[in-house]
Amino acid sequence: MLLRAARREAARRGPRVQITGPELEDLACQAAGDALLAITQKAGQFRGESRFTTWAYRFVIFEVSAKIGRHFWRHPTRSLDAESWDRPPARFGFDPAQESEWRDLLAALRRAVDTELTPRQREVFVAVALNDVPPDALAIKLGSNRNAIYKMMLAARRKLRAALAANGYLHDEESRRS
Amino acid sequence: MNGWAALDRFLHTDPRDVGCAEAMDMLHVYADLVAAGVPAEEPYPGVAAHLRACGPCGQDYEGLLAAIAGEAS
Repeated sequence: MLLRAARREAARRGPRVQITGPELEDLACQAAGDALLAITQKAGQFRGESRFTTWAYRFVIFEVSAKIGRHFWRHPTRSLDAESWDRPPARFGFDPAQESEWRDLLAALRRAVDTELTPRQREVFVAVALNDVPPDALAIKLGSNRNAIYKMMLAARRKLRAALAANGYLHDEESRRS
Repeated sequence: MNGWAALDRFLHTDPRDVGCAEAMDMLHVYADLVAAGVPAEEPYPGVAAHLRACGPCGQDYEGLLAAIAGEAS
């Protein structure tokens, strides 16, 4: 049951991160084995808030997720700290034809990143938002965890949004609500 | 959506967001409710806000729903 769930989850995520064939099967088997170990060790913590199978599947999903994060650094396709300010991040969906717009936006964002963020926040923001490094992979590289990376990004996003709003690039929260 | 709107959306944060640790602690409960057709966002608005905002946790949530659906099929 766990192996079936691990195979399904690995197959769902694998192609996106370019893991296929025997490597994907190996990842699924390891994930199922590690999930079984975690379930055995933590069975006493099950409080009956959900079905037992759903609680157990959660460990499979977490194991597949963690193993895919570790796999990223075996064949890294993106850099951790090289700053690519000369092209728009794909996540913002810029039209290449609107170069003047995205250059203006990136310049404002870069100023805010340089002036508002701590060195650690800057490192995390550049890796995740600009270089598209998966947060789980970044957490492994920095000896951190997903929650800490997320909180770092949350603080960075709040600071950048406030700075861009203060400089008239974005509407502040009050005008957003009105 | 233009680039400014996309950046605005990316930088926007939801004060109800509980973060990864709490969302993952409750993921099995939340997913079971959703799989049963119960509106889980009402009892767990902070988890719902987090799953919308956090890509990796959103992926885990989708995976868990797929596992539940696969079990039923």
